[in-house]
Amino acid sequence: MTSLPAATTRKLGLVIDLDTCVGCHACAVACKEWNDGGSFGPLPDADPYGKEPSGVWFNRVHSYEVAGIENRESGVGEKRERLVSGLAFPTPDSPFPVPEPSARPIPDSPFPIPAHAMSLHFPRSCLHCETPACVTVCPTGASYKRAEDGIVLVDEDKCIGCQLCAWACPYGAREFSAQRGVMQKCTLCVDRIYNETLDEADRQPACVMACPTRARHFGDLGDAQSDVSKLVAERGGYALMPEFGYQPVNRYLPPRPRRDASCAQAQPAVEAIDTAQLSPLLRWVDRVLSR
Amino acid sequence: MRPTFSIIFFTVVSGAGYGLWLLVGLAHALVWPGCMLDPATGTVDVQVSVCRMPSTLTLAWAAGFLLVSAGLLSSLAHLGQPRRAWRALSQWRSSWLSREGIAALLAYVPATGLFLIWLGQQSPGHLVPALILENETLVRVTGALLAAASVVTVFCTANIYACLKPIRAWHNRLVVPAHLAFAALSGMLLLWALAALPRWDLMPAAQETVWSVLLPFAVIVLAVISAAIKLAYWKQIDRPSGLRTAHAIGLDALGNVRSFEQPHTQENYLTHEMGFRIARKHSRKLRMICLLAGFATPAILALLALLLPALGAFAAWLALLAGMSGIFLERWLFFAEARHAVMLYYAAHGD
Repeated sequence: MTSLPAATTRKLGLVIDLDTCVGCHACAVACKEWNDGGSFGPLPDADPYGKEPSGVWFNRVHSYEVAGIENRESGVGEKRERLVSGLAFPTPDSPFPVPEPSARPIPDSPFPIPAHAMSLHFPRSCLHCETPACVTVCPTGASYKRAEDGIVLVDEDKCIGCQLCAWACPYGAREFSAQRGVMQKCTLCVDRIYNETLDEADRQPACVMACPTRARHFGDLGDAQSDVSKLVAERGGYALMPEFGYQPVNRYLPPRPRRDASCAQAQPAVEAIDTAQLSPLLRWVDRVLSR
Repeated sequence: MRPTFSIIFFTVVSGAGYGLWLLVGLAHALVWPGCMLDPATGTVDVQVSVCRMPSTLTLAWAAGFLLVSAGLLSSLAHLGQPRRAWRALSQWRSSWLSREGIAALLAYVPATGLFLIWLGQQSPGHLVPALILENETLVRVTGALLAAASVVTVFCTANIYACLKPIRAWHNRLVVPAHLAFAALSGMLLLWALAALPRWDLMPAAQETVWSVLLPFAVIVLAVISAAIKLAYWKQIDRPSGLRTAHAIGLDALGNVRSFEQPHTQENYLTHEMGFRIARKHSRKLRMICLLAGFATPAILALLALLLPALGAFAAWLALLAGMSGIFLERWLFFAEARHAVMLYYAAHGD
């Protein structure tokens, strides 16, 4: 049934730390490996060893460059102002694009802008939304959200491959398998997390187990006392594009301020001293030290 | 969004078919009985106390049946598992696609009803009891049901697109009116062209005049309405959304975020399906062609037909050709120009 459950008992999901993710793609590879042999059937690739391999991956790791202050300040005077007003990066075609109306000015930033350009790796997977449109648009009942733990799944025996659910997801969580003719997506490793043949420590999604920097955490985000909920509260975890109203369960933790002394907002201000009030000795010391 | 041929063909062709069925249904509901003259005597056939469906409407019904069926079959070609298509009828509570499937099948019920009535008229009293054929209310209700089911089906089709929030160009309040207007316009163009074909019955002279004026006039009105909706729609979707990659990853505050490496070396399903960008380069010119072919040409030809009735048949078929090409192009642009929010992650556009 593609109608959504009124409420789910638990809200299982992932918390992904953008501060510690190093973009190694281990999560994506481990996910592909586990799910290729998982209970939802294989994840076959077209032309796997050829020139144009393609196939379904539940995890995709993007790599971005966040411009640092140095980039924003260098160059012509006008450039800095335009860049700080929140623009796309200059491209060869249009070095300084016209500002877009809704661009948010940077001075409100809760995150200090890094002094130097910073890389940011961004693993993207299903967010197991509380009110996912991918489920409600499904005409067959193949897509569903489990009432007991909130996991969004596709019954691949019912899916007709109309691909409407992929269109409905702004996060790109669903990919169509041309080989199998059905839609496939992250199962939150539902065949691992309840698998009693595995050690209890291993009952976690494959991506979480594989992450070498522990940038991925799995747990019940509906329970305020769970480790993941505490982590989200402590680090200011946020949901992606909440304006769509799908209420993602997964949370992302923002990068911590860089320990760089020249960090834009953390930069210590030089305190002014009224030397006239100082004793001659201290005035001399100040003069010497100020050289 | 990638313009897939099977979907464009489905929405345009089935839209035209339902537009035609809408008009056939309305004709039965509103202007029945449009008693035809007995071809032998040239007078109202009093022997047969039954009114006959004008042959143009018979043709229109058949053309509608072919177009609707061809469109629906084409939509199946888009599916990964077409043999399971019957499952799509189950989730009407939440899914517009499911509702569309049900409405599309339900429309065949009154359509079959009209077919049986026509069949009965061919040999009154044999196949269908005269009691039914003479029951004016029944015929009118069947026609009204066909008209309603046609509108509902197109409404559901349009809502499949309009309900998708990640595609800003589709989640727009003009998408549903546009689909309905184009279906009605293409239906009207088809009916006008079919009315220009030779008939095998005689229509009373008064009715003949009404038809030859009403159809081109309706084409002009619908073409103007359709063009107005489409122009307003383009104006709306051209407004920048201001969404950027930084917003998609939830870090607007960091401002300048640029993708320096894609998650994969090859194109994937998402970039293939939602990253289509070939059309945008020429979208202005294509829009102009669409306006000229789809709306301006049929309207001008219809005006010409009103002024010079002798050109009627030629104008009608030329208008159909131009109008349908324009509507096909419109539907192609509807896909090709639509941008999906997921492409923000690929930093492929500023949407």
